Amino acid sequence: FAGAGGGGCPWCFSQVKGAIDEDVAEADIISTVEFNYSGDLLATGDKGGRVVIFQREQENKSRPHSRGEYNVYSTFQSHEPEFDYLKSLEIEEKINKIRWLPQQNAAHFLLSTNDKTIKLWKISERDKRAEGYNLKDEDGRLRDPFRITALRVHVAFPMDLMVEASPRRIFANAHTYHINSISVNSDHETYLSADDLRINLWHLEITDRSFNIVDIKPANMEELTEVITAAEFHPHQCNVFVYSSSKGTIRLCDMRSSALCDRHSKFFEEPEDPSSRSFFSEIISSISDVKFSHSGRYMMTRDYLSVKVWDLNMESRPVETHQVHEYLRSKLCSLYENDCIFDKFECCWNGSDSAIMTGSYNNFFRMFDRDTRRDVTLEASRESSKPRASLKPRKVCTGGKRRKDEISVDSLDFNKKILHTAWHPVDNVIAVAATNNLYIFQDKIN
Amino acid sequence: MSQKQEEENPAEETGEEKQDTQEKEGILPERAEEAKLKAKYPSLGQKPGGSDFLMKRLQKGVRGIVSYPLSLEPKEVLRMKSVEQKYFDSGDYNMAKAKMKNKQLPSAGPDKNLVTGDHIPTPQDLPQRKSSLVTSKLAG
Repeated sequence: FAGAGGGGCPWCFSQVKGAIDEDVAEADIISTVEFNYSGDLLATGDKGGRVVIFQREQENKSRPHSRGEYNVYSTFQSHEPEFDYLKSLEIEEKINKIRWLPQQNAAHFLLSTNDKTIKLWKISERDKRAEGYNLKDEDGRLRDPFRITALRVHVAFPMDLMVEASPRRIFANAHTYHINSISVNSDHETYLSADDLRINLWHLEITDRSFNIVDIKPANMEELTEVITAAEFHPHQCNVFVYSSSKGTIRLCDMRSSALCDRHSKFFEEPEDPSSRSFFSEIISSISDVKFSHSGRYMMTRDYLSVKVWDLNMESRPVETHQVHEYLRSKLCSLYENDCIFDKFECCWNGSDSAIMTGSYNNFFRMFDRDTRRDVTLEASRESSKPRASLKPRKVCTGGKRRKDEISVDSLDFNKKILHTAWHPVDNVIAVAATNNLYIFQDKIN
Repeated sequence: MSQKQEEENPAEETGEEKQDTQEKEGILPERAEEAKLKAKYPSLGQKPGGSDFLMKRLQKGVRGIVSYPLSLEPKEVLRMKSVEQKYFDSGDYNMAKAKMKNKQLPSAGPDKNLVTGDHIPTPQDLPQRKSSLVTSKLAG
């Protein structure tokens, strides 16, 4: 499917959300994108602490060429900026992660988190209003009970659909450092939150307590050598979770073995050739994202230049390594100077685990087909935004001779970074966040 | 690692060959970049992945007096400063925030017809949750 090379790329433009302004307000920068379990809802969080949820329209028989489009369903302010006076610490309202809970009734629930506080939001629909209460007037004023001479049953009238978001739980004050991950457990009762040095286990119903399950803070902070960069629960085994580090390692922990999982059950690390070590080695090996496959057999990690697929049964090295933008290796000096080397890219699986996707610079994103071993580079841009227009594969020229359609490494725009992407859990529909714009692409029908 | 290059000019080296050439020259791209960096910042610490970067990450958002270890390069100090100190203290921060809020406040939303103040509200009486001050442009 990745369609690298000739023959016409199967991916085409579907929609783009957001303003076209040249001047992007910082609050509008999208900081997380997540489909829910069915793929009918797509949530985004931004630096301004706001959440926007899109809902997929039912497929329209009169428009057979387009799959359901995503339209705004609900939007709310999830987090506000705060100031911790005791620590003299400014707490950003930026939404770091959104994770959906599996749907159990008519309402939808999601967890959203900033650096310090996790919130459980309930999104519910209201499409009826009641009239004819006994004890209240229509304007809400209580009626004088002595004036009431007859009983009536209130009647429900249809009204325009109203989607309400309300915070149901606020999980606060459990993290000294900055939260980078949240992950809902397969037991649907608990979830974990991870900061730079600790991982906590919560129960969704209980906000005043959480269990610390990983603590890598050294007794003496001078001895600090690595931090936790991401964490995730196993999709099926509720006792298993993994966390990645800034040194490029992944630890798998089993909560059955002990209450405090400081000792890992498995330790995944690729051996490094010591002769190729440089000043940048550790920085670019830092893992920015870790994701289990849907099957639960594999996990994928993203470091600065590559994506690696690991078999949980083999700790010694990944089973697959895909280069995202290897040509940047000869630009590390300037990428260090402009801080781009610290950019945290995410990665995602498709529904069947046959393909993986991750972002790059210049609004490029990369897809790797694990079966055919082909890869493709695509671009999220307004220029290729005509409805159902096929996306043209992009190529970055690394050598001296640049062909007509290629772009040279020095012309890449490093301010246009695609850090957040999401793949529909079932269909070939992807959501790509390009700074303040959200692009939705679908595979070609017909 | 090498990208498929059959379509390209056959005279160009493939990725693998290029790497061999570089190794023959004894310079891996990463090392060449490291040399460039050290030339610009001669006293760059030997252990870059260690405490300095990590402490910066942990200190993000902290306001106030922060002392920097002398071993840090001026550039690193500047980078740390750019994510930290902007306000002298919390009073300063609140004043700045208040100024920002004054600029951003749009007109209030339409009033609901509900009467308030002379009875105890029930959940049905409450107006819908206040929408955000500035709605996201994604929802526009």
